[in-house]
Parts: sequence; structure tokens; C-alpha cells
Amino acid sequence: MNQPLNSKEPLIEIKNLFFTYEGQDKPTLNIPAFKVMPGENLFLFGPSGSGKTTLLECLAGVLQPNSGSLKILGKDLCLMKPAERDSFRAEHLGYIFQSFNLIPYLTVFENIILPLYLSPARKARLKGSDVQLVIRGLCGNLGIGDLADKKVLELSVGQQQRVAVARALLGTPDLLLADEPTSALDTDHREKFLKLLFEVAEHFGTTVVFVSHDRSIENLFSLSLSLQTINQS
Amino acid sequence: MVLLELAFKSLRNRVFATSLTVISIALSVSLLLSVERAKRAAEEGFTQTISKTDLIVGARSGSLQLLLYTVFNMGSATNNVSWKSYQELKKNPAIGWTIPYSLGDAHRGFRVVGTNEDFFKYYHFRGDQRIELQSGRILEGLWDVVVGADVVKKLNYHLGDKIIVSHGITKGEGVVHHGDKPFEIVGIMKQTGTPLDRAVYMSLEGGEALHIDWKDGAMPTRDKMIPANQIRKEDLVVDEITAFFVGAKSRIDTLRLQREINDYKPEPLMAIIPGVALSELWGGLSYAEKVLRIISWMVVVVGFMAMLIALTTTLNERRREMAILRALGARSSQLVGLLVFESAVLTFLGVALGVGLSVGLIALLKPWLESEFGLFLGGPALTGFDFLLILITFSGGTLMGLIPALRAQKMALKDGLSVKL
Repeated sequence: MNQPLNSKEPLIEIKNLFFTYEGQDKPTLNIPAFKVMPGENLFLFGPSGSGKTTLLECLAGVLQPNSGSLKILGKDLCLMKPAERDSFRAEHLGYIFQSFNLIPYLTVFENIILPLYLSPARKARLKGSDVQLVIRGLCGNLGIGDLADKKVLELSVGQQQRVAVARALLGTPDLLLADEPTSALDTDHREKFLKLLFEVAEHFGTTVVFVSHDRSIENLFSLSLSLQTINQS
Repeated sequence: MVLLELAFKSLRNRVFATSLTVISIALSVSLLLSVERAKRAAEEGFTQTISKTDLIVGARSGSLQLLLYTVFNMGSATNNVSWKSYQELKKNPAIGWTIPYSLGDAHRGFRVVGTNEDFFKYYHFRGDQRIELQSGRILEGLWDVVVGADVVKKLNYHLGDKIIVSHGITKGEGVVHHGDKPFEIVGIMKQTGTPLDRAVYMSLEGGEALHIDWKDGAMPTRDKMIPANQIRKEDLVVDEITAFFVGAKSRIDTLRLQREINDYKPEPLMAIIPGVALSELWGGLSYAEKVLRIISWMVVVVGFMAMLIALTTTLNERRREMAILRALGARSSQLVGLLVFESAVLTFLGVALGVGLSVGLIALLKPWLESEFGLFLGGPALTGFDFLLILITFSGGTLMGLIPALRAQKMALKDGLSVKL
């Protein structure tokens, strides 16, 4: 559903990216070059502490790299002001955490619709479709159609993660960043969850970057990379 | 707008902790306002202990002393005013009315005041309040007394009871009682909330009658005593009083009248303006109200601290929530706004509840406070100054919310999206 990009134009393009946490001397990220093409389902693996989450947070524009360039959709996040990065994230990105993705005092429906309230640009991407219908449809596709009015705390972990997917994909973002969202699920649910995720993401034309230390699900992705091969830190 | 909704839903989600915080703010605010109200009432009650009286005239001494022994039943006069001077000064055309006031005797610790029917007619307090009787009648006969409300309460007296007056204003051993000349209670005054409640009133002649058979300040021996039934009002000559109250025909004449009395040649007298003297006296006592106010502000600060603690402790639990909002594209300034708005809501609810509590409780307890403590809470429930206090409290509470909010922002920027506990 997104504007088809020139296939030569990468969705993510990183050059000489350095990121060092405050109070540390060694950089956590040192990525000379890295590209992700649109439509790819990228599986990035690496052991704990290898900088997977740090990379995702840089991609999300939550953390500011020390130097280098990080372009998404041709726009360099490193050159943006914090508030610009925030609205860029709101418009173009979806993010799924390992667990506890949902705000406990809101209903499932209120959780899913939240990004539309935070970003008018995200809402505009729905092109005037009935938000209610879009969300119900999305929930139906993810197998949580009957949960929309439930309280978050009544949901199982697997259901919560699917709600998180629905929220991350609402408004057809260009890029979905997923930080080990399956690690709290058992093996059966993992595969089912990922299949649903890919199905919906493909339908929306959303590129998925998925990080994990668990290589057992690697074969479900179109592309798999070790973070250590791109990160020289 | 979504942030406002989030703030309300989040507060509702933590309704128990939220209500405790609101209650703690409400209690401190209501204490602050009640102290202000009581302070106002006390000041007004004090400076309005006597009203509409333009001058109090007594023998020359200190103005404070004159005020104390006339209005407050405290201390004693060093000298008296002769009846002759009183009669002469009364003729001044600028004078509208006078009340004679004679001290010297007591009844079981309460002052006995010799006066006349003008006392009941002209004595005012708290603006235009006058002495009213809850039962009986005012002074007529020589052996009549009218008693104040506190006297009745303390000594459990009824109309028609006979009381014995003692000589001098002290009580205890060695005090001479005028046991041979009992008085009868003919009237009981309504509670006034002023020192009037703690005195016994008789006619000027009654005071004279007590001492008719005394010589040179000493009690008569048994054979020289004159029995009460042989004394008639007409035979008695009043030759001095302790002081008198003056109402000028026109307020404008007060200062001139005061000067004339102060310059009165035949006798050294002084006239004071009670309103001025009362304000001066209250000003001297104002450290007490300052202490009260400081204490109530401290209570407000403690209330805010409770809120600060409540907000800060929930902050850790809410870091995940903040990370989610960040991931969805909320700016860090929006997170600050969310948290500050939450404290503003808490403070607003607390202040509103506190104002309601203070005004409501005082309205509810007003009759009881008046009858039991003589604390008359007149005037408006809230003054402009109270609104200033409310405004300061509200801004203070909201600003206080900035502390956890900025902390949350700092953590959010440092943590990124992963919550490192």
C-alpha cells in the first residue's frame, strides 16, 4: 500500500554510525555500512549485549548517534532535531517490545488507536478510512477480533503481543522494528505469531526489522544477518 | 488532548493512591484556610469587643490599663472619676449617651460591675449587636443583678437565685463577703462571645448600698451594720464611678471631645478611643497569628511532599508506560506535560476539596463554635486573600509536579526505550 520505492533506493542506509552510551569509553555501535531494502523481512541476531536494542533505538530515532549518518526513506535522522525525529517516528515507524507493550489502564482498542492521536500524519495515512473498521479488520486478521473492548490485563501474553502488532501496523508504517517480541511466547505460538505478523506486514508493504538472540525462528525470515558482521565495535 | 485523557485515565487507574494524595492536599489546604478564617474571626472578635462607643473615660493612667479594666475585666483602676465630674461632662452637647461603669466587687471570681439601664441600651459589640437577655429582665431594684452567660454556665445559676458579693476583685481566703446583703438574679444575658459574659451587673446604687455602713474602707462591726431591708434606693448617694463610656452625637466630634476631656481642669481624666486602642493591642499580639500561619504553611508543604512522594514512587512503575508513549512518537516534552498535568489535576482536586471541607465544616460547626467557645465567625467565608492563598497553593502543587516530570524526561532520554531498572 505504500508508494513503491525505486528498488535501488534502500529503506535504511547507515554509514559510519557510532553510538557510545554516556559514561562508557567503547562504542556500543560502530557500523561502517548497512542497508535494508524495502519489503525485506530482516532477522538480525546476536548475543545479549551486542547492541541489538541500541541499533533499533537509533533506527527509531530515540537515541541520537554520536556521528555518521542514518537515513530512513532517504532522510537522515542524525540531522533532525529531537522533536522532528519524534514526529518522523510517529509517522513512519512501528515498534514492538519484548513484552509489556500495552498501557495497562487503556482498553485494547484505546491502545491500538493511540498512535493516531499522537500523530496526525499517521492518521492521514489511513486516507479517511473509518478508523473503527480498520482497527476491527486488523484485529480480525491477527485473530484478536473479539478482544477490542477488553482490558489489557485480561489478555494472555500472546494476545498482548498481537495487540502490539496491530498498534504498530495501524496506519501502514514503512518500517516495523521488533525487539524480540516472541521471546515471551512458547515455540508453537512463536511461529504462528510470526506468520501472522509477516502476513499483515506484507499486506501493508511494511518492512520488518526483527532482532533476537534466538536463531530457532531464523528460517521464517527472508533475510538473516548476524549483528556482529555489521557492527565492528 | 489525548494526553489529558491519558492523564485522567492514568489517575483513575491509580485511584487509591490518587485519593490519598488528594486527601492529604485537601486536609492541608483546609487547615490553612480554617486558620485564616479563625484568625480573621479572632481579630474581628477582638477589635469588635466593644463597638459604637467613641470614647472610654477614666482616671488618668495608661490607655491600655483603662481599656483592660473596662472592656476586658482585667486589672484594676488606680483612681476613680467623681460623680460630679461625670455629671458635668455629660452635659457636653456633643455627647449623645454615656454608660457609667463602676468596679470594685466580685462574685466567686467574676467581676461585679455597677452600671445603669443605659448599659443595656447603648453598649454594642461586633458592629450593631446589643446585649440581649435570654431570660428575666434588666436592672430595676436595688438588690437586682443581671449575670453574664458564662457566669450562669459555670455556677449553674437560675433566675431568682440569691448571690453574695465579695469585697475586692480577688477570690480565696481572707476575702470579705457582703454576706449580710444578698442580691437576686433578675436577668440572664445571652452569650455575646465577649468579656461581658464573665461579669455580674448591678445598679450603681447597689454597689453603694453594699458599702453604706463601711467606714474608711473597713467592714462595720456587727452592732453598726445596717440591715439590707432598711436601705432604700433613694437614700443612696453615688459619689464616684470607675469609668464611663461615651457615644458622641457625631463621629466627627470624637477627637475634639477627647481633647476636651483630657484637658478637663477640675479632675485629671483621660479619654481613649476604644477602636484605636484595641487595634494597637491586637497588633502587639500578632506574633501568635504569624506563628499559626507559618505552621499552616508548613502543613501545606508537607501535603505537597506527600504528593511528590506519591508521584515519584509511581514513576518507576510508569517508566514502561513512558517508553511505550515514546515509541509511539510522543515527544519527551509531551511526557513532561502529561506528568505536570497529572499533578495539576491532583492539586486542583485537593484544593477544591480542601476549600469545600473548610467552608463546609465551619458552616456546620458555626453554631457550636459560637455557643461553646464564643468564637463568632462573621464575615465572608473566603476573602480575596484566601483566593491568593489558593492560587499560591495550586501553582506550588503544579510546579512540584515538574520535579518528577523532569526526572522522568531525563530517564526517558537516557534509557531510550528499554527500561533498565
